Amino acid sequence: MAKKLMKGCEAIGEAAIKAGCRLFFGYPITPQNEIPEYMSARLPQVGGVYVQAESEVSASNMLYGAAGAGCRCFTSSSSPGISLMQEGISYIAGAELPVVFINIMRGGPGLGGILPSQSDYFQATKGGGHGDYRCLVLAPSTVQEAADLVQLAFDLADKYRNPVYVLGDGLIGQMMEPVEFKRTVNPEDLPEKTWASTGAKGRKPNIINSLYLDPEDLEKHNWKLKKKYEEMEKNEKRWEEFNIEENLDVLFVAYGTVARIAKTAIEDLRSKGVTAGLFRPITLYPFPGEALYSVAQKSKKVLVSELSTGQMIEDVRYHLGKDREVAFYGRVGGMVMTPEELVDEALKLLK
Amino acid sequence: MYKEIILAGFGGQGVLLIGKLLAKLGLEMGNEVTWMPAYGPEMRGGTCNCTVVISDKPVGSPMSKHPHGLIALNLPSLDKFEDFVRKDGVIVINTSLINRKVKRNDVKVVEVPANEIAIECGSAKAGNMVALGAFIGATGLSDLEMVKEILSKSLASKPQLIEVNHKALTRGYELAKGV
Repeated sequence: MAKKLMKGCEAIGEAAIKAGCRLFFGYPITPQNEIPEYMSARLPQVGGVYVQAESEVSASNMLYGAAGAGCRCFTSSSSPGISLMQEGISYIAGAELPVVFINIMRGGPGLGGILPSQSDYFQATKGGGHGDYRCLVLAPSTVQEAADLVQLAFDLADKYRNPVYVLGDGLIGQMMEPVEFKRTVNPEDLPEKTWASTGAKGRKPNIINSLYLDPEDLEKHNWKLKKKYEEMEKNEKRWEEFNIEENLDVLFVAYGTVARIAKTAIEDLRSKGVTAGLFRPITLYPFPGEALYSVAQKSKKVLVSELSTGQMIEDVRYHLGKDREVAFYGRVGGMVMTPEELVDEALKLLK
Repeated sequence: MYKEIILAGFGGQGVLLIGKLLAKLGLEMGNEVTWMPAYGPEMRGGTCNCTVVISDKPVGSPMSKHPHGLIALNLPSLDKFEDFVRKDGVIVINTSLINRKVKRNDVKVVEVPANEIAIECGSAKAGNMVALGAFIGATGLSDLEMVKEILSKSLASKPQLIEVNHKALTRGYELAKGV
């Protein structure tokens, strides 16, 4: 199939359809309205259903129901909307349901602004809702990768029976880039979900629940979830190494939008005689800390850059140890750093 | 090959559309491309712009601080971006709505009365195509036929619009080429 020029939001929507998803529940919010718009037009064409819920709270509970019935389903929203969904996400994590959540982040806190930001790293990777749970978090850096990771998100959600976030920002959502869809999954070909609540004809009822009043049962459930998270940590760490070589002057650590800006900065630095590389986590949870550690040993300096006041940097510091100096450069509120700013920051660090 | 181009004008002048055509052209030529609209809290009657990057390598930042090319369809756009265009870059201005000269003397300037030419071609809405044609002509980014073909594909659902837009593209192209 030839590459097609698509907006990030539309590519995300089409990728969900190509992943065999036929159900969308959501509520509009900028800067990701093109996703629900796209789904509302495309889903009926493929026998799917688009539901605009009365609020994000109901959307997340509709997802609970649809996933409990064994259907691939997803929603998309932006920061404040994702906050409203947190109760549902916690229940979905507790009941072990596969649901994909797209968060096209904006600046915050509160209502914030609509321009690109990476303000929800903590919320996505450290729980977000109540209870002791984890979500897989995937962070695309290009429109093509957004499409690929959405398809992967559905597979991982099913594999672990767990909510999966795809974390982007307005730049990924609004930008157009060439996209190629590498595979198309027919919903009928997906493996049967024997745990789903599909009508208990000829079998014992399946129960979808997150309520365990007996503390012994709940403790068992919590340890079972923990075991699942350990499996994710063992199997699902993903990252990209760009321009990594022995004896780097500066190692950038950045994800999503900032990572691609860092790539331009790295090319500029090379022309100034500075060798710089990039470590880009693709999964933010599980965080590829061991790989980062070994790459960081090759560099004099480590510079974390985010569209936040510093969130991922806590994971970077945790994995590199307290003796390793880690510098930070962030822009917030919807302001996006230029490659020139990153070049200056790297040069300052090397002085 | 690495070109950053900013296209700017009033909302409604079709700058996002010609930006998309430019991105499609880059893709058709076998390059990597990005098209990034300014989507902030835009104001009605304010400026609207997008940035297109065409590169033979994967595109890093899709935004541009110092573009190689600028298409300015109105005065606020020229005021906003003129100073940032790279030395030896190309600026296409729409003299129908811009009543001053470009101040820079280290760039190539193409002046096109895009609105008047568009009306002569048969549609007042085609000023954006005149400017795009002029930009292609001034930069030699591709031959005109390739752009026309891409435009025809994009207008497949509205075939009645193809001829007038082709005409507008060609007029702009020829003006820049000095034909």
